[in-house]
Amino acid sequence: MNNAFGVPQSMVVLGGTSEIASTIVRRLAQEGCRTVVLAGRDAIALATAAAATIEAGATLAPTVTFDARAAGGAAACVDECFASAGPDVDLVLMAVGQLGEQMADEGDPDRTAEMVTVNFTWPATALTAAAARLRRQGHGRVLVLSSVAGVRVRRSNYTYGSAKAGLDAFALGLAESLRDSGVVVQVIRPGFVTTKMTKGRDPAPFATGPDDVASAVVAALGGGRLVVWVPSTVRWVFLALVHLPRVLWRRVPG
Amino acid sequence: MKATAPGVSGGDIVGLRPEPALETNNHRSEEPTPAEARLLRGWGRTAPTTAHVVAPRGPDEVAALLGVFDARGQGAGPDGHTGRGGVIPRGLGRSYGDAAQCAGGTVVSTEHLDRIGAIGSGGSVVVGAGVDLHRLICEVLPSGWFIPVSPGTRQVTVGGAIAADVHGKNHHRDGSFCQHVTSVTLATPTGVHLVGPHDDPTLFWATAGGLGLTGIVTEAIVQLLAVDTSWMVVDTERFDDLDGVMARMDQSDMSYRYSVAWLDCAARTSRRGRAVLTRGDHAPRAALPRGTEPVRLPRRPVLRVPVPAPRGLLNATTIAWFNELWFRRSPRNQSGELSTIESYFYPLDFIADWNLLYGPLGFVQYQFVVGDAEALRATVDTIGASGVPSFLAVLKRFGAGNPGPLSFPMEGWTLALDFPIGPPGLPGLLRRLDDVVMEAGGRVYLAKDSRLSPDALHAMYPRLDELDSARRRVDPEGVLRSDLSRRLQFAGGVR
Ligand SMILES: Cc1cc2nc3c(=O)[nH]c(=O)nc-3n(C[C@H](O)[C@H](O)[C@H](O)COP(=O)(O)OP(=O)(O)OC[C@H]3O[C@@H](n4cnc5c(N)ncnc54)[C@H](O)[C@@H]3O)c2cc1C
Ligand SMILES: NC(=O)c1ccc[n+]([C@@H]2O[C@H](COP(=O)([O-])OP(=O)(O)OC[C@H]3O[C@@H](n4cnc5c(N)ncnc54)[C@H](OP(=O)(O)O)[C@@H]3O)[C@@H](O)[C@H]2O)c1
Repeated sequence: MNNAFGVPQSMVVLGGTSEIASTIVRRLAQEGCRTVVLAGRDAIALATAAAATIEAGATLAPTVTFDARAAGGAAACVDECFASAGPDVDLVLMAVGQLGEQMADEGDPDRTAEMVTVNFTWPATALTAAAARLRRQGHGRVLVLSSVAGVRVRRSNYTYGSAKAGLDAFALGLAESLRDSGVVVQVIRPGFVTTKMTKGRDPAPFATGPDDVASAVVAALGGGRLVVWVPSTVRWVFLALVHLPRVLWRRVPG
Repeated sequence: MKATAPGVSGGDIVGLRPEPALETNNHRSEEPTPAEARLLRGWGRTAPTTAHVVAPRGPDEVAALLGVFDARGQGAGPDGHTGRGGVIPRGLGRSYGDAAQCAGGTVVSTEHLDRIGAIGSGGSVVVGAGVDLHRLICEVLPSGWFIPVSPGTRQVTVGGAIAADVHGKNHHRDGSFCQHVTSVTLATPTGVHLVGPHDDPTLFWATAGGLGLTGIVTEAIVQLLAVDTSWMVVDTERFDDLDGVMARMDQSDMSYRYSVAWLDCAARTSRRGRAVLTRGDHAPRAALPRGTEPVRLPRRPVLRVPVPAPRGLLNATTIAWFNELWFRRSPRNQSGELSTIESYFYPLDFIADWNLLYGPLGFVQYQFVVGDAEALRATVDTIGASGVPSFLAVLKRFGAGNPGPLSFPMEGWTLALDFPIGPPGLPGLLRRLDDVVMEAGGRVYLAKDSRLSPDALHAMYPRLDELDSARRRVDPEGVLRSDLSRRLQFAGGVR
């Protein structure tokens, strides 16, 4: 069960090898989370992540494998995660994502399809399966790692950005549908975060690290604020940027 | 028979959500008791969850409802399945955390268990578990009786008072609520039991403070306190430091029936530990000025907070102002002041739903007891030094505890503090306080808890096995379960 500060005792991480997710998991394990189910595509990387989770204080860290390129498997993956978690799942963290290579992706319909599947279709399918279980359970929280990239899509990563925009909108709708069900949905919108996903790319303005995202997320758990921006200032930056004339928007760095 | 929709207490249920009609299955009563999926929260408003709420129309229906979850847990309950979701009773939802919630399961509202019998000549009365203390006071006061133990609000049911074994300002003299209960009728999945301190004491004491986990109390016989008038005579003293007020309480609490102190745990060391001590007794008729009516019934709250206050209304600054005001308006030394029952026992009941003032995030109350004064000083310093703001704390000296394995009071000092959710340092502060309390052999009050860890619970309440063995007898399948028992992993909650 979640405590008064929203700290879960058991959680499921979809994208269990994500650097941001691992940092959040470590923080929550320190705060008292005991069961962490890690789902991902790479069994060896998952085993390493599970060991780190136990190291941080969890007592149980089972792993589940899936490939987000096959959206048809999402519901089964969620079922397996819930079965490994035990009687209650207090928190579901959606961290699956793939930044892609814009130039290669946009010239290749198959790669575009993969980007949309991994960043939108699989996550939305899995969230639907998880939401149904949480609703029946009468409580729980869903955290969705969205991105500022979806707030105003830009030329340099519009495939990723548009899929994230879809997921973000989906999560907001899901939150509305779960109002008063005891299930809380929160959408996390980080700016540039230095992780393996962004490795080799120049940090955009307002860049943060996984620790900053984890701190913002843990602080937001007690609240239930629908959208959490990291750092919080990007909220105001993007409030302005969405209205910027296109000619200027093209010149914004990042 | 006409179906009554469950309407559990006012401010505690939010956002009614129309769900598809729920199948109810009842082998023993003729007509289904309707169940409704509802979002329930405690007084601190922190971790709401949804359950199917049923409001049985009498003790028989309660017994029938629990009987449905037969010995194998196979019956289909109002939650449409096997009772695997669990069942827990709920009174007025005045516990601060998740004690009266059962996510995905069934919550049994006691609102229709509202019978009050005639008062026996010795002052004992049969009361339905859903009767609230306000109503009970109004019923018995005109014939010269008062409730034996008063918590800080009248908006508490008799069932809730038993299930939390509530204490009042008279604990040092009279003990807690269950010490004034001569018997309870307890409905359980294996049948109805009539238990008391002499008949089946094991089950009785497991039920005292047992937070609904041994069954649903449908009725109780309560021994009332004889009073001459409805007035209180009160002495008030102000102290500039903690040692002063503690010494005073040690020295002369026993000459008053009621005693409690308000304590400032402020960050500024110059103010930390200053206190206002109020002690009193029921006023004899002779103490009333000529023309005063000897019995005046307390009234229901007159003010209401309509919606949650904006975030951050109660912050370090406003809380400091409030504490300052509270301290200054109290007389330095005043004796023999006449006070009403409302203003002496229930100053907070003046405003209904005052918990909404804490804003949308809610708040936690931390109440603990420790045996020795040194540990108490350590907690007050820890709180002050943390800089996390808290409202004036309530300090009380407890007398000896009772045999209940989950009953909170024990000989020593108890302190209760409200903390608004928000300050990042709060969870860590409370964990540090847990450590001090555990180290000192003390415990926190579960009826107010919403954030303790399972490990801390097991250290603080070492006799949980007694609760378990009582439960094995009355609830072998572990049907009785709450969000609290699941969170703290005891009484059938997985561990
Ligand atoms: C402003 C305020 C001041 C307070 N001051 C004090 C105080 O001074 N001293 C003190 O001891 N407490 C105090 N409390 C706490 C309160 O007295 C307890 O939490 C009490 O249990 C609340 O009763 P309720 O009817 O609202 O029960 P609920 O909150 O609805 O339920 C509390 C527990 O009792 C169980 N329960 C309810 N009815 C039954 C039943 N019929 N049979 C079996 N179990 C049942 C529930 O399952 C739950 O575990 C205070 C609370 C508030 C809000
Ligand atoms: N880093 C940023 O700047 C940033 C900014 C905003 C939002 N985000 C979002 O935050 C989330 C976590 O990102 P991160 O920075 O922690 O990056 P990351 O470490 O690369 O995490 C992405 C996760 O998705 C998994 N994944 C990718 N493709 C998959 C597939 N086909 N099948 C199964 N799993 C797959 C990855 O698994 P592998 O470990 O096996 O690759 C990894 O667990 C992502 O949703 C990302 O979009 C990141």
